[in-house]
Amino acid sequence: MGRDAARGAVLAVYEGVVQDLIDELGRLPNIGPKSAQRIAFHLLQADPVDVRRLADVLVRVKETVRFCELCGNVASAARCRVCLDPRRDPTVLCVVEESKDVVAIERTREFRGRYHVLGGAISPIDGVGPDDLRIRELMTRLADGSVTELILATDPNLEGEATATYLARLVKPLTADGALRITRLASGLPVGGDLEYADEVTLGRAFEGRRSLDV
Amino acid sequence: MSLHRADGIVLRTQKLGEADRIITILTREHGRVRLVAKGVRRTSSKFGARLEPFAHVDFQVFSRRHQPLGNRALDLITQAETIAPYGERIVNDYSRYTSGTAMLETAERLTDAEGEPAVQQYLLLLGGLRALTSGEHAPGLVLDAFILRSLAVAGYAPSFYDCAQCGAEPTQDAPWRFFAVAAGGVVCPNCKPPACAVPQRPTLDLLGALLAGEWRTADASEERHRREGSGLVAAYLQWHVERGLRSLKLVER
Repeated sequence: MGRDAARGAVLAVYEGVVQDLIDELGRLPNIGPKSAQRIAFHLLQADPVDVRRLADVLVRVKETVRFCELCGNVASAARCRVCLDPRRDPTVLCVVEESKDVVAIERTREFRGRYHVLGGAISPIDGVGPDDLRIRELMTRLADGSVTELILATDPNLEGEATATYLARLVKPLTADGALRITRLASGLPVGGDLEYADEVTLGRAFEGRRSLDV
Repeated sequence: MSLHRADGIVLRTQKLGEADRIITILTREHGRVRLVAKGVRRTSSKFGARLEPFAHVDFQVFSRRHQPLGNRALDLITQAETIAPYGERIVNDYSRYTSGTAMLETAERLTDAEGEPAVQQYLLLLGGLRALTSGEHAPGLVLDAFILRSLAVAGYAPSFYDCAQCGAEPTQDAPWRFFAVAAGGVVCPNCKPPACAVPQRPTLDLLGALLAGEWRTADASEERHRREGSGLVAAYLQWHVERGLRSLKLVER
């Protein structure tokens, strides 16, 4: 039985608004007709207050959330929380692919600078080139010379590395007078892992980026 | 249920679910196959880094049915060992990366059927990646040579000297310059369609050298001829693969 036919079998059972709800839920990523049906019935049995809260948040998120005009991160105003915070160091800029990466780095509590969200990575096979990312905005931010360190924190996969290579080459002329330093996040062994299971690429990187132990 | 072992070059990876990937691999024995690698996007993955595009890997596949490898889309990769990590040496140079990606996409498009052996395409891609990483030739030239030879392997070899339509040979001192994509390359004045490109003769010589593997001639070519040649190669490829290649317009020459 094909996917549409399977959907049809579920469709035939319900009518009206319940079916509308199942259809709408079924359009979400990774939710098939059965999952949609389960969520719909969960909502039907849930406390009306909880359902109202969910509905309100859904509407509010679409109405209020936008992208920070400066860094491209998700924000509830024209600028995001990090860009508005005066305690953040404006001389250090961390370039990431997605807003999700900002959250991941924030969780470390190690970084006190600001961010720049590219909106993806250069991937020619998917038709994504440098012009599709927020690279022009990054160059504008670097133009006034206030940034002294640019941290390239794109994913350590092929697309992320290629994006970092491209950015490093593009920004290089600005580093000529020593006013700007470009750094790349270290790659290496995961904490709590066994050396023998590490792949050659990661282990090679770990050797490349080894550091001296001060004892 | 059975286990197979194969070696191949990773052409493309696509995200699947929470932490998995669909890996498209051009294998030596089974042509192009699509397989699932579980959990490779997690940082704790033991072989995620080995299954990146450009990687030449030796891998093990777990299949649930007794069928030849590649007849189903979703067999699982259970182990992978690196034979040659070409990606490492390609990604550090942006023009190599864009040319290399276009090579992978060409190889993917010219191996239409999944699971159908394509040894020549495989060997050609392996040679192409070696040439690209060795840095002996300009990445753009390696890409154009790869595209022309892949097309030849697929049965679309262009002609850069004889008439592609009637097979007539030009005189030694006055070779033809009419290039008709639809006709299959250079055409004589009699076969020439109403609208066709008229490239410079050194450009056609360059393309002929790339197809034949005469690198001395190709490396000595001028930039303007390379540019004109890559335009013709792109047009010729797009004509034969029907849908345009997305990575080709992002290649940095």
